[in-house]
Amino acid sequence: MTDKQAYLQYVNRRAARSPVLRNCAAAFWVGGSICLGGQLLRALYRALGASPDAAGTLVSITLVFFSALATGLGIFDTIARYAGAGTLLPITGFANAVVSPAIDTKSEGFVLGVGAKIFTVAGPVLLYGTAASVLYGLIYWVYVLFS
Amino acid sequence: MSLFYECVAAFCVGGLLCVVAQLLIDLTRLTPARILVSFVVAGVVLSAVGLYEPLYRFAGCGVSVPLLGFGGALARGVREAVHTDGLLGVLTGGLSAAAAGTTAAMMLGLLCALIFKSRPKRA
Repeated sequence: MTDKQAYLQYVNRRAARSPVLRNCAAAFWVGGSICLGGQLLRALYRALGASPDAAGTLVSITLVFFSALATGLGIFDTIARYAGAGTLLPITGFANAVVSPAIDTKSEGFVLGVGAKIFTVAGPVLLYGTAASVLYGLIYWVYVLFS
Repeated sequence: MSLFYECVAAFCVGGLLCVVAQLLIDLTRLTPARILVSFVVAGVVLSAVGLYEPLYRFAGCGVSVPLLGFGGALARGVREAVHTDGLLGVLTGGLSAAAAGTTAAMMLGLLCALIFKSRPKRA
């Protein structure tokens, strides 16, 4: 057996078994609750007269705002440690991924610290999301051209 | 559709999507960043094949609040922009549709960097 295999076996033996079922239950109810909150906010904005599109955008902005606030106050990490994907996958995770490095890199300066590193985590999401949309746009453009 | 029913659908579908992401974290070696990228691209693909919109009508914020919705918005933006602007829309549609959320996150990130101090992380 090579050293590498022995080391991997050692790591697997020592690594804490993450309680998959418990993690999934936490992700389900926290993630579900964030979506439920979004749905209630959407109904509220609709009742206040926003168009369906505007209501959806306002929901995103509201959730981003509360995530940023929770990140700044240091509460977000506490919730995220418990909820895992429950806070990561909703737009709250995207907001946290932007705000958290912004605060952490403040000491490196506002241009090369905050400015350069604000998208360390969210950058891939933006790049590949946009790339997928451009690829789809090209295909769709050709489709519209010939139909 | 009653608000109660909408809320139940949003809770269940949103929760299930988070369980899928949690299973990917726990059972594979994918990093959270890769999982987020996969969900956004999945949103674009779902919208491209026409599955995102029916899902959204059923579960509302249950699909639009998870990152799937970000992909759905990108795809819808590009589709509408291609109709109005043709080939130029391919480049403008996606980010225009996602502009509000992204700009809000950037501005709040900058604001938080000005106001808050970094604190030690507990693993």
